[in-house]
Formats: sequence, structure tokens, C-alpha cells
Amino acid sequence: MSMSRLEEKAKKALDKKAALGTDIDIESYDSESEDFGEIEALEMLPEDIQTAAVNAGVSLSGESAGDYFQVDQSAVHRGSSMEGIEVMDIGAALKEHSYLEDYFWKLVPIDTDKYTADVGMHPQAGYFIRAKPGTKTIFPLKTCLFMGGKNKRQRVHNVVIAEEGSDLHIITGCTTPSHAGKGLHLGVSEVYVKKNAHVTFTMVHNWGEEVEVRPRGASRIDAGGSISENYITLTPVKSLQAFPTATLVGEGAVASFNTIMYARRGNIDIGNQTVLAAPHTSAESISRVVSTGGEIINRGRMVGKVPDIRAHVECVGLILTEKGRIYSIPELDGWCGGLDMSHEAAVGKISQVELEYLMARGLSTDEATSVIVRGFLDVEIKGLPPALKEEIQKITKLEEIYGGS
Amino acid sequence: MQGGGPTLEVEDLWVSIAGKQVLKGVNVKVGQGETHALFGPNGCGKTTLLSTIAGIPRYVVDRGTIRFKGEDITHMPIHERAKLGIGIAFQHPPTIRGLKVRDMIQLCNPQANAEKILADLDFEDFADREVNKGFSGGEVKRSEMVQLLAQEPDFVMLDEPDSGVDLENIKVIGRAINSLTQKDLKPSMRTKSGVIITHFGHILDYMATDKAHVMIDGTIVCSGSPKEILEQIKVNGYEGCAACLCPV
Repeated sequence: MSMSRLEEKAKKALDKKAALGTDIDIESYDSESEDFGEIEALEMLPEDIQTAAVNAGVSLSGESAGDYFQVDQSAVHRGSSMEGIEVMDIGAALKEHSYLEDYFWKLVPIDTDKYTADVGMHPQAGYFIRAKPGTKTIFPLKTCLFMGGKNKRQRVHNVVIAEEGSDLHIITGCTTPSHAGKGLHLGVSEVYVKKNAHVTFTMVHNWGEEVEVRPRGASRIDAGGSISENYITLTPVKSLQAFPTATLVGEGAVASFNTIMYARRGNIDIGNQTVLAAPHTSAESISRVVSTGGEIINRGRMVGKVPDIRAHVECVGLILTEKGRIYSIPELDGWCGGLDMSHEAAVGKISQVELEYLMARGLSTDEATSVIVRGFLDVEIKGLPPALKEEIQKITKLEEIYGGS
Repeated sequence: MQGGGPTLEVEDLWVSIAGKQVLKGVNVKVGQGETHALFGPNGCGKTTLLSTIAGIPRYVVDRGTIRFKGEDITHMPIHERAKLGIGIAFQHPPTIRGLKVRDMIQLCNPQANAEKILADLDFEDFADREVNKGFSGGEVKRSEMVQLLAQEPDFVMLDEPDSGVDLENIKVIGRAINSLTQKDLKPSMRTKSGVIITHFGHILDYMATDKAHVMIDGTIVCSGSPKEILEQIKVNGYEGCAACLCPV
């Protein structure tokens, strides 16, 4: 579809409310952003951005397969450190690769809702990452979307292509400086996993308390391919709604979603769905959510279209305070015989027996509680490279996340 | 302060769980350096006594006092009792998801020599496993001993540390208990004390005890030499203990 036809579609959807989540007045956020230019090396980033990136799981040190840093709407740095890995800003990639038309807005329709329409109607920012056939990364690609300005609207459109037989690990830290006020982040991510390719796609959100977030993600996995999508947010956000979809179109494709969430306040509607459309595909969606006052709607949906598929949803939540809400919605939608789909959901409190056990070893109530909560959030994510696993563990163990109220 | 008095002194202790009276006037003293065994049929209140001394809130003290090293701890929170030097090996401890045995040792005591403790209990292979997750009966017991050795309590309570444990591991656990209760020191040098609940008494072949008590229906009906009492129970059963009129 040509750009002008896409824009036409987007224009018609500019007032289209999203199917889920509280409605946001987009126009109350500034559309224009300063151009921050480019930097030569990541070390030249201002210290507050470096700190924010680290707190969102993106350390600037250590080995990586490449990086992409965006400040508001400016792609300030990007590069690949490995042969076979291409990292570009999406605007440049669209100009250079005409084939991208077959991928751009193909998994996430531009007229999904007013948020995708707003992204589509404005100049593109975001990353294009491609692993050429057979390229296998060991170290993660580190990407960071930083929203620095006050009352800004950040629009991002990412396209990831893992060509046949490639392995790709991407971590994206979405973050604001500690002093940031209001902001709106709109992020579209389209991930293509070709035959026998394996992708881990990890997003760590570390926004400010006045930030509203509407990611729109989708992935398509071909035969023998796999995707592990991990979503972690542990700091307060004003409102967040996301419901990415993975579609397994090739035989034996695998999807796994892991969601780790800790909400002190705010309104969060988070989940994911997998459409199992080919035989012998399997999917798993595991979420661990904790509320200490925030409202969390926790969705996990599996759609089984053909026989001989396996799918499992696990939505488990802890409410640690008197107030707070967790609404767990596991959904199984089977369209034929010969399916194997199951779910497990629980919303509860910390086990008194576990608390007493740790207290009998000398831990105070608060210390014991935080040990149990950290353990609860420590989900074993399969397929991550060790460096990324370490980064995630660091994030879920950060002391300050659990402090205060 | 202790001043030569008993480490633990329980006086006329009445305890209920969810409104049901379980302990009915328990009196017991454990002197410094002493290790006592506690026998009794299932449901008589042995675990209730240990849990109440540990401070588990669902065990409600209706009457009586618990003094530890001379201090009244009857209504003290669990962790403060632990800090004062009370340690317990639970009979059925829970799994702590996401917490490795090695990290648990550090939580019990940041100064503990984790490697040595793990080696003493032949538990090195479990150091990076989550606490009690998927452990067999015997592994759970060794995990409890590992934690207590790290904690180094002055008064240790062991709730059936030998149940579900094979003979080889009973020896290992017996050795750990002797270490916890300083049986490697001569009696006058010992400062640590303990109480052990056991049904079968095998463990007593591998550890030293100074005194035993028999509890029936929430009270202690008999106290004396561990070997003698165990022999009597083996011959006459707990019915024999109940019928016995010997003074406590």
C-alpha cells in the first residue's frame, strides 16, 4: 500500500477509540519535538539519560550486537557491532529498502485506533533491525526510547525482521528522566520471525508517574521459528494499555510471553494474545503481577485455529495492600477439535506461612515480604542469553522499586 | 539477663488454635547447655508448644508465660525472638519461590560460612536451588539444618528432624544437631540449648540428649532420662505413660 493510501486510512481513524484501556486526549500532548541531532558514541549521552537507560535494563557497557537510542523523536545513535545485523532508524530504512513496504503497517493495521493513526500521520521515528539469514547473535541488541521533554508525545514505529535461521535478542528500555512530568508514549512494533529463526524481544518500561503509554505490537512466526516476548514494568505509570498479538503461521512455531509487573498506582491494562494457526504450534503466556495500590487488568488470550496445538495461560497476581485491584482474565478460544489449551489464574495475598518461615530466621515483616515478592516476580524466562538474563534479574531486584508507596 | 537461670522457662502455658484448646498448662524448663527430647502421640500438642515458643501468631497464648534468658517473650513478634537467639527447624516448611538456598543462608546470617555449612550437610548441590522446591523429605530436613547452622541460635527447636530421612542422612542430621547444641564441648562450657521432637528415637542414637518429656493431651505427664522414657514408651506405649503416676 502506498504511503498516501496509508495516510488516508490513518486520517479516518484519528478519532477511533481503542478497544481497551482508558481514552486519552492525544491533542493535550505537544506534537512537535526538538531535534537532538546525533552523537558519535553512546558514552557521550548526558548522564541522566545513561542512568535512565540502565534503570530500564539497558546498560551501555558490556557487549552488544548493536544499539539504537532515541531521545523524544530524534534517533541520536544507532549502529550494528556484528556482521549480518542491520540497525537503522526506520525513516532511513524506508528510503533505502523498498521491500519494507511489505512489512510496514502489515501486522499492526494503521487504523487500529487513534494511537496507531497518530503514529502513522507523523514523521517516522523508531528502529529497523534485521538479522540476515543464518546470523546468530549471542549478545543482545540494546535499544532505548527516552522521553525527555515535558508534556511530549513520543511516537515510535519499530520493525524487526529475523530472516531464516537467524537468532536475534533485542532489549528495549523505554524510559523518562526521574524529573519528567506528563508525557504520552505511542509505540508500534512489528516483528517478523522467519522460518527456523528465534527472537527474544524484551521490553522494560520505566516511565514516570505522569506518563501514559499505548504500545501496539504484533509478531508473525513462520515454521520452526520462535518468539519470546517479555514485558517488564516495575515503576508507577499513569496509565498503560497493551495487548500485543503473536500469530503462529508456520508448522511447529512457538510463542512465549512473560509479563512481570509491579504497580503502586495507576491504571494498567496489560495482556497478550497468541493465534495458533498452524499444526504443532505451541504457546505459553505467563504473567506475574503485583499491586500495592494500582489497578491491573491482566489478560492472556489463546486462539486455537487448527488441531494439534498446545497453549497455556498463567495469570497470577498478588495484592499486597488493602486497596488495589487485579482483574485476571485468561481466555481460551478453541475453533476445532484436537486442541490442547489450558489456563491457571489466581489472585491472592502473600502466604502467611512463607512470611512466618522467613521471620523465624530473623527477617522483619517488611524484609520477608520483599523477599517473597522478588521471588514471585523472578520468572524463569527461557531462551534468553545470559547477559540479558542478568540485566533482567538486576531490574527485578532493584531495592528502590519496592520502597516507598 | 540469664544469671545462671534456665535458658527457657515455660510456666502454666495454655494455648489455643482457632478457638480449640491445645496446650493445657505446660511447665518446662531447659537449662543452659541442655538438650531435651519431647515425646508424645500425634496431636498431643508438641508442635504447638514449639510453634508457640517461636511466636507463630495463630498459636494464641491464653494464659501463662514464656521466658527466654530471663526475658518475658510471651507476646514478642517472631523475628524479634529469632534475633534474641531462638531458632526452629520446621516439620513441614514452605517452598520459597525465587530464593536460592545460598541466598537464604545469607539472610539467616550475613557472616555465615555458607560453603562450610553446605559441605557439612552434604548439601552443596542444592545451593542454587530454590528453598525447599521439589526437595524430598530428607532434603527438606537438611535444608532446615543448613539454615539453623547459619543462624547459630542459642536455643534450637527441632520438630521431627528425622521423619522421612534415611539412615545415612540421620547420621548427618544428628551430627548437625550436636554441633548446634555444642555437644562437642564439655558440659560446663556449653551455652546452647535445644528441644527435639521425635517419634522413633533413631536420631537419639546419633545425638546427645540430657532429659526427655512426655506430652499427652496438652500437658507434660512425665520427665526423666531420655533412654528410660523411650524404653518405657516402646514397651508400654503412650497409654502406659498416661497411666503412670510418677510425679513430673
